[in-house]
Amino acid sequence: MKETGTFRVKKGMAQMQKGGVIMDVTTVEQAQIAEKAGAVAVMALERVPADIRAAGGVARMADPEMIKTIMDTVTIPVMAKVRIGHIAEAQILEELGVDYIDESEVLTPADEQFHINKHNFKVPFVCGARDLGEALRRISEGAAMMRTKGEPGTGNVVEAVRHMRRVMDQIRQVISKQDDELVVMAKEMGVSVELLKEVREAGRLPVVNFAAGGIASPADASLMMQLGADGIFVGSGIFKSESPQKVAEAIVKATLHYDDPRVLAEVSKGLGSAMPGLEMATLTDADRMQERGI
Amino acid sequence: MRIGVLSVQGAVSEHLDHLRRCDTEAVAIKNVKSLDEVSGLILPGGESTTIGKLIEAFGLADSIRRRTRDKSLALFGTCAGMVLLAGEITDGIINQPKLGLMDIVVKRNAFGRQRESFETALDFKTFNEPLTAVFIRAPVILKMSHEVTALAQLPEGVVAARQGNLLATSFHPELTSDLRIHQYFIEMCREIS
Repeated sequence: MKETGTFRVKKGMAQMQKGGVIMDVTTVEQAQIAEKAGAVAVMALERVPADIRAAGGVARMADPEMIKTIMDTVTIPVMAKVRIGHIAEAQILEELGVDYIDESEVLTPADEQFHINKHNFKVPFVCGARDLGEALRRISEGAAMMRTKGEPGTGNVVEAVRHMRRVMDQIRQVISKQDDELVVMAKEMGVSVELLKEVREAGRLPVVNFAAGGIASPADASLMMQLGADGIFVGSGIFKSESPQKVAEAIVKATLHYDDPRVLAEVSKGLGSAMPGLEMATLTDADRMQERGI
Repeated sequence: MRIGVLSVQGAVSEHLDHLRRCDTEAVAIKNVKSLDEVSGLILPGGESTTIGKLIEAFGLADSIRRRTRDKSLALFGTCAGMVLLAGEITDGIINQPKLGLMDIVVKRNAFGRQRESFETALDFKTFNEPLTAVFIRAPVILKMSHEVTALAQLPEGVVAARQGNLLATSFHPELTSDLRIHQYFIEMCREIS
C-alpha cells in the first residue's frame, strides 16, 4: 500500500534539494532560463521581492493559472508562496499540485498570531527563521524545510549572515547543554525539550536549512554555504541583474564549489552589474519583512 | 576498499552515513582526482538536470564513463542517479545531459508530483523480507535489454535493476535505517576490487 504525505517523504524532498539553488521566477521564460542554468527548483511568483517592496500594498499568493503554466513548462520542482497563516491559499496550492509551499514573510501576513498547521497537508512546507527558536517552532508546526529569513528584496546579504550565524551558534550551545539545562532553554525558546534533544543528538536542525534573503552574487552563495547552509534561495538577485542567464549559472557553480576560490574567481568574472541593493539603515521598521511571523 | 558518493548536489551525507554504518570507508567525490581512489560510486538522489549539467561542466562525466566501461568501477544510482545512468530518458529536458551507461529506458517523475510521493513495502529479489521503499518524484524503468535483471517492481514499472557493475533504484534506501541495499552494492564493489 502506498502511503503519501508522510513526514519522511516531505522532509526527504528537501534533502534531495541540498547543495542546490532555488530561483525566484515570474514568467515561463525565466523558469526555462533557471532550469537550463541548473536550478534544482523554481519559486513561481507574481513579482520578485524587490518589486513587492517597491510596489507596496498587500502582497498575496500568485495567480494559480500563472503557477500552472510554469509547472507545465519545466521538469524540475515548482514551489510557490502563501501568506503566513493563510490556510486557504495553501489549500489552493496543494490542489494545484505545487511541489513545495513557502509560508513566507515576503507576502503580507494573513494571521499575526498563528502559522498554518502544516501537518494537515500532504504537500511539504518551507518557512523562514532568524534563530533556532523560530526554526524549531516552525518545525513543530510541520515545516519540512527551513531557510534563513534574511531581508528579502534588498540584495544585501548581511541579515541572512546574521540569521545563519545565530542558528549555528545556538545549535552549538544546545550540543553543550545537559538535560536540566535544556529544559530551561526549551522554555525560553518556546519549543519542546524533545525537539532540542533531537538537535543535540544530530548536531544540526532536524530538517534541511537553506540560506535566503539578500543573496545576489556567486560570492554571497559561497559565503552562506561556508557558514553552514544546505543550499541557496535566490530571489531578486538573478532577474534584477544585467545578465540573468550568466548570473544564474555562476551562482549554481559557486554553490557547488563554494570552498574552491579558484572556481569562485572564474565564475565571478564578467557578470555585468548586479542588482542595485539596499542598505539596511534606510529601511524603516515597517519595511523589515523579517519581523513578520516569529 | 573505498566507496565514493558523487558530491555535486542532493542526498550526499545520507549515503555517506549508510556506507559508514556498513563499516566501509566512504568519501565525497567532487573532482576527477578523488574519483581515481574508489572502487564504487553512488550517484545520489537530487535533480538529474542539475547533476547531469555539472558533472559534464567539471569533467567528471567522462571519467565515470571510462572507468565504468573498463569495469574498474561499480555504480549505484538512486532516483536522479537512475535517470543519469539511463541510456534513454522519455521525458527529459532538451539535450538533457546523462551518463547513458545502462540499457534501460527511464521515465522521470513517473508517479506524479511531490503530492504523490510515497513510501511502501517492497519485495527485493534477493532479500527474504520486504523493505520500506521511499519514492520522491521518482522515475521508473519502462524498458530494458536482456542484459539487465529486474530486482523490484511496482505496477508502474521496474523500480530496481542490475546490469553487471551497474545498480539502479527508483527509491531512496538512504532515507530509511535499513542497510541491505547498501550492503548489496558493497558486495558488487568487492567483486570489482
